[in-house]
Amino acid sequence: MIKPEETMDATRLDEPIVQVDNLVVSFGKQHVLNGLSFSIARGQTLAIIGESGCGKTVLLKSLVGLIQPTAGGVQLAGADIATISSQALAELRTRTGFVFQQAALFDSMTVRENIAFPLSFNELGDENIEERSHQLLTELGLDPSISNRYPGELSGGMRKRVGMARALMMRPELLLYDEPTTGLDPIVSDVINELILRTRINHFVTSIIVTHDMKTVRKTADRVMMLLPFSQLSEGENQIIFDGPPSELDRTDDMRVQQFVRGDAGDRIAASTSNNSFIDGEWK
Amino acid sequence: MLCAECAPVITSLFLKLLGQMASGTVQTSNPSSRPTVLVQMANALYALGNFTVFCFKSISSLTTKGVQRGTLLPAAYQIGVQSIPVVALTGLFIGMVLAVQSYFQFHQLGMENRMGAMINITLVRELGPVLAATMLAGRIGSAIAAELGTMRVSEQIDAIDSMGISPIRYLVVPRVTACLFLVPALTIVADLVGVAGGFLYSSLALNIDAAQYFYNSKEYVTGFDLATGIIKSVFFGISIGLISCYHGFHCRVGARGVGRAATGAFVSAFVIILLLDLLLGIALDTIYFQFNPGGNSLL
Repeated sequence: MIKPEETMDATRLDEPIVQVDNLVVSFGKQHVLNGLSFSIARGQTLAIIGESGCGKTVLLKSLVGLIQPTAGGVQLAGADIATISSQALAELRTRTGFVFQQAALFDSMTVRENIAFPLSFNELGDENIEERSHQLLTELGLDPSISNRYPGELSGGMRKRVGMARALMMRPELLLYDEPTTGLDPIVSDVINELILRTRINHFVTSIIVTHDMKTVRKTADRVMMLLPFSQLSEGENQIIFDGPPSELDRTDDMRVQQFVRGDAGDRIAASTSNNSFIDGEWK
Repeated sequence: MLCAECAPVITSLFLKLLGQMASGTVQTSNPSSRPTVLVQMANALYALGNFTVFCFKSISSLTTKGVQRGTLLPAAYQIGVQSIPVVALTGLFIGMVLAVQSYFQFHQLGMENRMGAMINITLVRELGPVLAATMLAGRIGSAIAAELGTMRVSEQIDAIDSMGISPIRYLVVPRVTACLFLVPALTIVADLVGVAGGFLYSSLALNIDAAQYFYNSKEYVTGFDLATGIIKSVFFGISIGLISCYHGFHCRVGARGVGRAATGAFVSAFVIILLLDLLLGIALDTIYFQFNPGGNSLL
């Protein structure tokens, strides 16, 4: 097991690991993020929720510079990612892990090669790659005998766990999860939630989880932030419509948050179908 | 050094601004209209600016950091070794077709013994490099664009970037390097097989004297002709590599996006090969005639 002091810079424990200032992201005429500002303390697990298209993944990718902001800035571990050199940004990225929605494993490589990839190509030769990948697979509940399999031969849950192992290979301080339970059955989803919790404890990482799954939010997060799609914002409204602990989600007065938490379609369906209602298993 | 780092960024920003200004003006006046010529020109300029920046980054990464360990051999195998059969077949048929097409005209003039010179000059200067490059643009250019496009769509390129590894250095540099060295090598293969194909067809099917065929070839095909073909193939190689990687990197989402990237890579590479062929042909001929004003005549 890795000790917290191995991954954390003890002198900067009180600084937020992520500081977002007035972040704006637009793609041409399409506005996605509208002046977001927030910070994340070290060791915290933040869940970002919101309906599809509200910019959760864009926000996650902006945090590590995979998407360039249109305006505003992101400070990662105290460094402004827009102004630091490409080498410094690359070095910073080695201290973060990204678990992608579909795992983004390299199809042409085996599980072992996928997990070893960050270490082998960052040329950190002193690490025992074989031993570490074996340890991570075991820790994430995978049989090390799958090491020689290709990603195409794995189930969705296994792919996600291999993706987590790859993200953990560099001993990150910050782990970013993009919809970690999407497309998985409830049991495997819970396994992933459990692994997110254990990873936090074992590796003392700060985690940011983008998800639609309220079970993931309640089980893993100690802070939740809900974003509203840009198109639904009223004049001068903050895009972050909820920011607090998961327990507060049920107590908020904001109907939009309540609607999302309950998974209620409300009046989203077009008026053409409003004369029909699905009652007792039938359209009436 | 600072200027070298800033230049592509400034170029990109300027062209992006130009593109946005043009598209903004038109779309504001009539949002439902099709893009006007101005918008299309601005988009083309923007794409050209993006491509220039991409080329600059790739070449800069190649020259300053070199090729990432363990990436060149797989690319060389895919681009070079696996292309030998198709390139050899292309060369063989070019040589034989040239013999078929030229025989009648040369026979009318009683110069069929000099066919070897014409076939081999055409082959090494023009058709060998151009057709081998076209075949390679189809075979490897589309494959590279589709592979990188799929990686882009499935977030594998983002994954590489998120680990602090440069996707340009890991994915583009080895492919461009392999194209740079192996397209000329494959062109030589096409030339050799084409020379053999032309000779075999001429001597076996058209009964042209083998000794005369070779004598005339040796007399008229110069080192400059060979060099012309090889120099062209170097430019074709680097163009195929850069264009196909660019299309893969800028692939749009979905299966349609990957398909478009593959097609776009081939079409763009093909057009650039023809354009370069013309420009290099003019430039190299100008140089040649500076040093050898009389040139070499078959007559």
